[in-house]
Amino acid sequence: MTLATEQFILNIGPLHPSTHGVFRMRVTMDGETIQDVEPVFGYLHRGLEKLCESHTYKQNIPITDRLDYVSAINNNWPYVMAVEKLAEIQVPLRAEYLRVIMGELQRIASHLLAVGSLMNDMGVFYTAFMYMFREREKIIDLLEMVTGQRLLYNYMRFGGVSMDFPAEFIPALKRFLNIMPSYLDEYDSMMADNEILLSRTKGIGILTPEMAVNSSASGPLLRGSGVKWDLRKDAPYSVYDRFDFDIPTGNNGDCYDRYRVRMEEMRQSIRIINQAIEQLPSGKEKVMVPLRIRPPKGETYSQIEAPRGILGCYIVSDGSTKPYRCHFRAPAFINLTLLQELLIGQKLADAIIIFGSIDLSMGEVDR
Amino acid sequence: MNNWLISLDNSVGNFWLQFLIMAVFIIAFVMSSVIMFIWTERRVIARFQARLGPNRAGPFGLFQAIADTVKILTKEDIIPSLADRVLFWTAPAIAFIPTLMIMATIPFMNGFQMVDLNVGVLFISAVSAISAIGIFLSGVAGNNKYSLIGAMREIAQLISFEIPMVLSLASLVIACGSMSLTQIVAAQNVPNIILQPLGFVVFMVAILAEINRTPFDLVEADSELTCGFNTEYSGMKFALLYLTEYSEAVVGAALITTFFLGGWRGPFLPGIMWFVVKMIASFMFILWLRSTLPRLRIDQSMHLAWKGLLPLALVNLFVIALKNVFFPDLSLWISVPVYILVSVLVILLWAGFLRKGRKSLVV
Repeated sequence: MTLATEQFILNIGPLHPSTHGVFRMRVTMDGETIQDVEPVFGYLHRGLEKLCESHTYKQNIPITDRLDYVSAINNNWPYVMAVEKLAEIQVPLRAEYLRVIMGELQRIASHLLAVGSLMNDMGVFYTAFMYMFREREKIIDLLEMVTGQRLLYNYMRFGGVSMDFPAEFIPALKRFLNIMPSYLDEYDSMMADNEILLSRTKGIGILTPEMAVNSSASGPLLRGSGVKWDLRKDAPYSVYDRFDFDIPTGNNGDCYDRYRVRMEEMRQSIRIINQAIEQLPSGKEKVMVPLRIRPPKGETYSQIEAPRGILGCYIVSDGSTKPYRCHFRAPAFINLTLLQELLIGQKLADAIIIFGSIDLSMGEVDR
Repeated sequence: MNNWLISLDNSVGNFWLQFLIMAVFIIAFVMSSVIMFIWTERRVIARFQARLGPNRAGPFGLFQAIADTVKILTKEDIIPSLADRVLFWTAPAIAFIPTLMIMATIPFMNGFQMVDLNVGVLFISAVSAISAIGIFLSGVAGNNKYSLIGAMREIAQLISFEIPMVLSLASLVIACGSMSLTQIVAAQNVPNIILQPLGFVVFMVAILAEINRTPFDLVEADSELTCGFNTEYSGMKFALLYLTEYSEAVVGAALITTFFLGGWRGPFLPGIMWFVVKMIASFMFILWLRSTLPRLRIDQSMHLAWKGLLPLALVNLFVIALKNVFFPDLSLWISVPVYILVSVLVILLWAGFLRKGRKSLVV
């Protein structure tokens, strides 16, 4: 006997504990199974790209902070790189190292948040989240030591960075790098072999490499599917070609692989920072550039490997003090286009986890 | 207190007096336990999570629950316009009252019990299901899709986990030779957790599902269903549902204590102290699970009930029945190690079997 069933529409978000901001999904459900997903964007739209056109180049740096507010330093980077390329500004070597160290610290902080909130979505009542925030707090303290800020650092400048490291920073950073691997082991001992976690994440939300490449996904989402593509290795920018590190990849492309890739990337970031501290050259942290730079007419594109994937910045200059057009390739937004393919046919509980494993920040998606 | 109550028993008009005293005691016990459990949960889970927990209201934050109650009482009481008003009002009460009814049959110490039902186990398994119906109704009445999903999950979970729970209780009844809770406690010269470890595991998991605790908190599932069945509730009605959740935890801890940890029995301390200590110990175990484990998906939870717990409960029932028929006078020194060994083996084998099934299913 079959019962007559009726589909119903469930609104997940914009105010929902697991939508990581103000994302909204209109989900057509058949019981617990998802039949159709319609993502609704724009609740956090602030018109940042348009805003960039009415500010001078330098005034735009803090605006890029607001793109992906959990990895602000990485957001400055493609923008300043693009402007430097356009205006042909040489960055001192020390500044590049400072950028790498701060960027990798920010990557660890961002991944901690991503994994922690993934665990939250899975129903670990904030335990993993709080442990990861304990370490994220240490990183934020370090970043605060340099920049004076705790969330939006406004750190990079054309031709360098805003501040050199203070004297007490390097010892504090070394202390942190010494203990961080043991904390990562602690997370693994709590989560990696947990039977419920395995059964909730293994084989859930499988993203095939073809699908990932076709939809131009990037970051841990792409590497979790087994595609070894990381701009730090494959198109090295800044001084990344001087470091020895591995690109972790997954095998199945499921939520578990994405989680493992993030955990492993944190270890690799620690490796990079350790090498960067050893190689750290002396010199100036920035070169003097005019307050109102006027890059020559032209356009340029630069991209970096942000925690969430490839973050690109496309700038068109008309020779004035303000960019004519400034566009950002937001990795979370492009990864999010996979949502429909990943979610349809899954259970509601899995959908939340898959959504969490994509790891987006709405500031970047809506801009 | 004991002798005093027994002396009351012999006086005229004693029944109603005893009834009144016990009724007041049970309500006071449940309420104060709930307040203490809320405080314990918040403080202990905070410690699990490397933070402090509420510590502002009163010494060690002890008055936090009271402050929360005052806050909740002064909140606006909203009833959604499309809600079923009658059900919306009555559902929290339907959910809450059965927990008090169960507590009425629990022996707090020797002879200190509201009613000693000779079908106590049956009564408990019957009444505990009513509570689930209250939660189901509260989910349906609010006319909210999240709470509807939560309500459906509650019923699915009730149907699935009630069976292994009752089966594990059945083996307990066979071993103790009575359905009366007093007799079950009296029969536990050695606590049942040692005599029937397999039954304890099954009962523990099933009771976690019955009281909707992690990893079976699918009904609330805050990361999926915002708040599950009580999404639409506010004000005092929400407080009553919150109270239900914790009084269910109190009842669950009391049942584990009575059935498997030897009830009020123990050396040195008075019975009620032992009872409370064992209750807190079992509640701590629940908290430990809550702060560590992720939530199961609904189909995984059903799989666990039907494919995991039901066979285990049947094996347990079978072994206990065999032992009672063929070796009723077997020495504890032989039966306990053998049975613990059998339980561990069965659990490991069955877990391995289930895991194997899952792997072939997934990849």
